[in-house]
Amino acid sequence: MFIKADVHLDAKGYACPMPIVKTKTAMNDLTDGQILEVQATDKGSIADLKAWAESVGHQYIGTIEDHGVLFHFIRKNGDAEVTEKKFEQTIQNDELLERVSNGGIVLDVREQAEYAFGHIEGAKSIPLGELEERLVELTKDQEIYVICRTGKRSDLAAQKLFEKGFTKVYNVLPGMSSWNGPLEKNI
Amino acid sequence: MASMKMTAAQVARKVIENQPLFILDVRNGDAYEDWKIEGHRFDYLNVPYFHLIDGVEEILHALPTDKDVLVVCAKEGSSQMVAEMISEAGRDVYYLEGGMKSWSSYVEPIKVGNLTGGGELYQFVRFGKGCLSYMVISEGEAAVIDAVRFTDEFINFAKEKNVEIKHVFDTHLHADHISGGRHIAEETGAIYYLPPKDATEVEFEYTPLEDGLSIKIGVSKLEVGALYSPGHTIGSTSFIVDSKYLLTGDILFIDSIGRPDLAGLAEDWVDDLRQTLYIRYRELSEELTVLPAHFMIIDELNEDGTVAKRLGDLLIENHGLNIEDEAEFRRTVTDNLPPQPNAYQQIRQVNMGKVSPNHEEQIEMEIGPNRCAVR
Repeated sequence: MFIKADVHLDAKGYACPMPIVKTKTAMNDLTDGQILEVQATDKGSIADLKAWAESVGHQYIGTIEDHGVLFHFIRKNGDAEVTEKKFEQTIQNDELLERVSNGGIVLDVREQAEYAFGHIEGAKSIPLGELEERLVELTKDQEIYVICRTGKRSDLAAQKLFEKGFTKVYNVLPGMSSWNGPLEKNI
Repeated sequence: MASMKMTAAQVARKVIENQPLFILDVRNGDAYEDWKIEGHRFDYLNVPYFHLIDGVEEILHALPTDKDVLVVCAKEGSSQMVAEMISEAGRDVYYLEGGMKSWSSYVEPIKVGNLTGGGELYQFVRFGKGCLSYMVISEGEAAVIDAVRFTDEFINFAKEKNVEIKHVFDTHLHADHISGGRHIAEETGAIYYLPPKDATEVEFEYTPLEDGLSIKIGVSKLEVGALYSPGHTIGSTSFIVDSKYLLTGDILFIDSIGRPDLAGLAEDWVDDLRQTLYIRYRELSEELTVLPAHFMIIDELNEDGTVAKRLGDLLIENHGLNIEDEAEFRRTVTDNLPPQPNAYQQIRQVNMGKVSPNHEEQIEMEIGPNRCAVR
């Protein structure tokens, strides 16, 4: 499936160290939370990109391979300091499946690329940045369990929904980074 | 200041001659932890190249000035970049030509000793991977045992020595490296032998290597005798060369013993392994020099770079030969085994002739240490 990215970098045909050198430079043009797609043919770039991204605080989302080309997805500063979460209605990861089985939906507000590489089965995907314009896809009489990676974006999304009159909204903590239940992938 | 290439052969000299070397390994931490260049007097610093893209100032103070500094990466590119930055900062520095890929491929023939009638025995040491291959030479003829995949090394060496390779043996179906045996036999017209019990699935012609088989090499009829010694695999066979040397394959190493699990049958083969190590080998002369198909740690190397030790000494010193209790022996060789070698199932398929990967794929499969042993 097509995976969305904000910026694309072509590093095909380059040997190590060039894919990482180019990625590092390209990252400067992204704002926090944006997604970079790196196309590379050097197999070593998988382990190196992951190790580099994690060591400097970017979020390595995943890699897919198509006809010998590797497509790496990285989210800029995904590990930026977690600010205080303000929205008061919260539930824990391990309560989620039971709550949803009694009705309500899981709303995954991470970027589409993050969702594609692994999400809770049946979760609806609306990235935080698109939430305002896609409110019509949600209903106010249903519980909405908002989840992201670390609880930060879902906190903002839950506040936004509450302001717009969605009262049965809960932020799921700690979020997908600690999710150890089953995952569904769209890649 | 200059940044210069150092070849794998030059690094091997430093290992053999016990010279000091400072290695700045710029691969990522996982790769370094898994596998690195080992030397008796080598010191190390691991800083991934991607932390050095903006400059090397932060590590300069950690680089010694009283010994050679060698920058190492997977394939060369990153080490060259880092070496150039270090040299621009005013320091002399080397980078490894061809990177770890080249180190993994490098093989050095070292003479183990003389044989009856002017014969010679050579051990081919593959430092990067810990593989040991052998060539027995006698009066114009040669036999090759457990050849690694670099067939030219053996064929060219035979040419230099003016001998014809007549017999090629594999002590067992290898799981940690790709065998060059079959291809050497094809190129030279030699006979290729493999233990039939390891060869039930192979897709090529071979001559069965049976217990008691005795091959005479050269005019002086130098004897290479086969001794069935199962345990690492069900077919594993040892060789006694000239009544002096015991080639143990992957059954007995200098500081460890073979693991029985790489063909998926650990429980079944434990008893065979015990029989071989505790009964068959003990019936042999203690004066035999043991020559294994691998070494795991640099301490197993002798001063001349060879890997060899008297059987009598190993019977005393090797922990795996001194576990009296059978249940404890069973636990040692089946529980808590080290991780299996990289791609070992694929490598077995290649050695059975079922798949024929290209050059790059072969390199990829053989990355990392060999891990054939239990300590």
